Amino acid sequence: MLQHDVVIVGSGLAGMSAALEICGQLDVAIISKVYPTRSHSGAAQGGIAASLGNSEPDSQEEHMYDTVKGSDFLGDQDAIEMFTRDAPEIIYQLEHMGCVFSRTGEGKIAQRAFGGHSHPRACYAADRTGHAILHVLYEQVMKQGKRISIYPEWYLMSLIIRDNVCRGIVIYDIRSGNFEVIRAKGVIFATGGYGRAYRITSNAFANTGDGIIAAFNAGVPLEDMEFVQFHPTGLFGQGILVSEAARGEGGYLINGKGERFMEKYAPAKMELAPRDIVSRSEQREIDEGRGIDGKDYIYLDLRHLGKEKIMERLPQVRQLGIDFIGMDCITDPLPIQPTAHYSMGGIPTDKDGHVIIDDKGTQLTGFFAAGECACVSVHGANRLGTNSLLDAVVFGKRTGIAALKFAKGPRLSDMKEDEVLAPVKERISAVFSSPGTESINDIRDELKENMMSNCGVFREKEGLNKGLEKVKELRERYKNGKITDKSKLFNNELIEVLELGHMLEFSEIIFKGAIAREESRGAHSRTDFPKRDDRNWLKHTLAYLTEDGIELKYKPVTITKYQPEERKY
Amino acid sequence: MIFSIQRFNPEKDTSPYFQDYEFEIPKSATLLDCMNLIKWTQDGTLTHRMSCRSAICGSCAVKVNGHTLLACKTQASKVIKDGKVKIEPMGNMEIIKDLVVDFGQFWEKIERIKPWLVPDESEKPEKERYQSIDDFRKIDAGSTCIMCASCYSDCCSLDVDKGFLGPTSLAKAQRFIHDSRDRERLSRTGEISDKGGIWDCTHCGECSERCPTEAKPLERITSLRRTAIALGITNNIGARHVKAFVDSIAHSGRLNENILPIRSMGLFNISGLMSLIPIGIRMMMRRKNPPIIHKPIDEAEDVRRIFRKLRKG
Ligand SMILES: Cc1cc2nc3c(=O)[nH]c(=O)nc-3n(C[C@H](O)[C@H](O)[C@H](O)COP(=O)(O)OP(=O)(O)OC[C@H]3O[C@@H](n4cnc5c(N)ncnc54)[C@H](O)[C@@H]3O)c2cc1C
Ligand code: SF4
Ligand code: SF4
Ligand code: FES
Repeated sequence: MLQHDVVIVGSGLAGMSAALEICGQLDVAIISKVYPTRSHSGAAQGGIAASLGNSEPDSQEEHMYDTVKGSDFLGDQDAIEMFTRDAPEIIYQLEHMGCVFSRTGEGKIAQRAFGGHSHPRACYAADRTGHAILHVLYEQVMKQGKRISIYPEWYLMSLIIRDNVCRGIVIYDIRSGNFEVIRAKGVIFATGGYGRAYRITSNAFANTGDGIIAAFNAGVPLEDMEFVQFHPTGLFGQGILVSEAARGEGGYLINGKGERFMEKYAPAKMELAPRDIVSRSEQREIDEGRGIDGKDYIYLDLRHLGKEKIMERLPQVRQLGIDFIGMDCITDPLPIQPTAHYSMGGIPTDKDGHVIIDDKGTQLTGFFAAGECACVSVHGANRLGTNSLLDAVVFGKRTGIAALKFAKGPRLSDMKEDEVLAPVKERISAVFSSPGTESINDIRDELKENMMSNCGVFREKEGLNKGLEKVKELRERYKNGKITDKSKLFNNELIEVLELGHMLEFSEIIFKGAIAREESRGAHSRTDFPKRDDRNWLKHTLAYLTEDGIELKYKPVTITKYQPEERKY
Repeated sequence: MIFSIQRFNPEKDTSPYFQDYEFEIPKSATLLDCMNLIKWTQDGTLTHRMSCRSAICGSCAVKVNGHTLLACKTQASKVIKDGKVKIEPMGNMEIIKDLVVDFGQFWEKIERIKPWLVPDESEKPEKERYQSIDDFRKIDAGSTCIMCASCYSDCCSLDVDKGFLGPTSLAKAQRFIHDSRDRERLSRTGEISDKGGIWDCTHCGECSERCPTEAKPLERITSLRRTAIALGITNNIGARHVKAFVDSIAHSGRLNENILPIRSMGLFNISGLMSLIPIGIRMMMRRKNPPIIHKPIDEAEDVRRIFRKLRKG
């Protein structure tokens, strides 16, 4: 059995930010299923929000209001206030660490406009902001040397909670195929989002919700899981993200009849309306048979911008089309579709990352969460672009500080190694000894298709119920899933099987929450309940695992400064 | 199409071998899409790394028809030759299983260059430190590196000298050495000018050719060499080599291959000079030694004039 004072699962922006607060004072370790620099945070392109006011006057209050409004009033305003207040300081700290930022003529950090923000507030490093921050944090981790233990390519298997106290985790070494139990005073989850359950997604293969499901199975509720954000421009086929810049520079969205259809939905802002509105407009065109050749995509047309402008302003977008689908946007329109992008829901926490298990603010001792896997909630029903990198660093850091303070106190609790290993080993042997009559690939494909068509941009009762039944059927079939690689060494087929299990579990929770929520709010859009219903639904969903399956409860939204009003742009 | 993929599972195989998979490439599929589909529909034991599938996480580099590239950034149809493509694990690294290699040494070499900013601790700015757009541009390209190791895999110097820091570490070093906010330019440049550093690169250009980002290591190495000479860090083999090379041409219009190695080693470096003797003897035995009498070319005066002009400018 291994032990550390604090163990962090996840090495994206949230996990590394937390580790840097703890190292040098207590013994801290980071577990990650991919090497730290491969974490999905690196894929973020656009920027990170903070009201620095470097290109025009801005204020924390405006950042707060924009975020509250963007969240469709489901965000907790005390958390949003604190998060927007911490923002400038955190950006300066990243800069002091050596983060590469694009600069203004004066040499300040450059900032650009982003959907839903009332001022240019996105600090950026060309079109690779997440990459710049991920790498600077990893540089700082390397600088700490042995003060941070890293377990790269180790996989979280389970979270150990006894008597409402978190005691540690069980992990699996992908490289050797061995298990270890880590005893810890504090455990922080920073395991990222869950967008992978959708066929069209901008998320990495790693975003399979492992952390949230480990927490759920250990008795922790999950909050607002039904809120999944779709980005309007995913490249056809898989949903790789085409930057908002393509529309910013004047790109058109065209349907199968050759029309610029945004005229119908947002005549003033056209293609530059907020993300959820554009995604819904695209989906409506597709659903009503006006996709290209009646199929499930539309065109992002850049040809009228001309070769010169494309080469100068949008070289990356052009390269993306060439590399990933073999199309050149100078000569061809790019086929695109709405793509599952960000997971608003997750493990409920307070402003310091303590995991909260009910509507009364009860903490789960020793267990913390931060980043996309957590739900504080600052994003409510819809997160604004560039607010999630900020979420990961602000709450990563705050959670690190809270975990440090906590872990200075108690002693490591006792644990019987065999007892905690047994269920994990049982699970693995069940995978290996399954009858193998079902293809894992088919189950995964069917799940992803099911999420797209029954729980995607638009939802309605019948489809949701059908979708839920389908997930249940798939969960049964999963038990007979076939695995061919039986070796211990680097068995990533086994990892994929485990990940699929997690996706099936959280998909069911998404469906349950979506069926119950009879209103349209932010990213959750019910065609049978097209209006927001503050009287009945201005509340967070909490999903619990009980003997009879998933049970839903609710908790109120914290409203301090801004009363709900209609969200108009 | 035939995907001929190198397999190796040390649990059961004694040595690597190739396995052929017949697979129809779907429209617009990337190489990674194909590898995944082969794994998912034909052979679950096939093992490779991947995550972002959008060329940013640096997980999926493999050797394709002998050259390293990112599988997720490559259209499969482009790498098929005569109905076939050959896929192998990266070079200069140990194989763990199939296409998965051990990055241990790679990261050790990154850590060796102290890959973090060392700012002036005496100034504690309240907000951000200023950096001009020009200064940002100096570190922009180098900082795009995604640590995929494509360059490392195909580097010819590393192939013969495991002690070489390698293109990735040197590109990373450039990103700090040329950062207007860093205070250790001199010592950093000194360290990478030593053995295993910038002068051990043979300028073959493989690294920049393979690099999927703007990091292009050879270009970073070239600019570091300029910095080293500008900073007067010339008391090492590589810098002396360059200086002797230039001096020789400036003087006679041609390379004095007898003097060059001696000046590169340094006139007072007795053990270094002794080490040249066997090479000299071998060269003589194979009649590869340059003429003992070094004759200037006919247009030597023109060459000298060019150099005078360049040096003045
Ligand atoms: C294409 C794209 C572009 C984006 N652009 C922006 C943007 O411009 N601005 C913005 O603010 N946000 C953006 N986002 C969102 C933002 O990038 C993420 O919300 C944020 O980076 C999440 O960081 P994180 O640290 O919580 O998780 P991640 O960076 O996803 O890290 C998760 C970590 O958990 C580890 N992990 C997961 N499961 C396990 C397990 N079972 N065992 C061990 N380790 C595990 C992983 O290895 C990884 O290290 C974008 C997202 C996408 C997909
Ligand atoms: S140019 Fe230098 S660093 Fe690059 S591959 Fe060749 S020898 Fe290696
Ligand atoms: S320099 Fe280029 S090829 Fe080398 S690791 Fe970095 S991104 Fe990859
Ligand atoms: S999968 Fe991330 S670089 Fe290819």
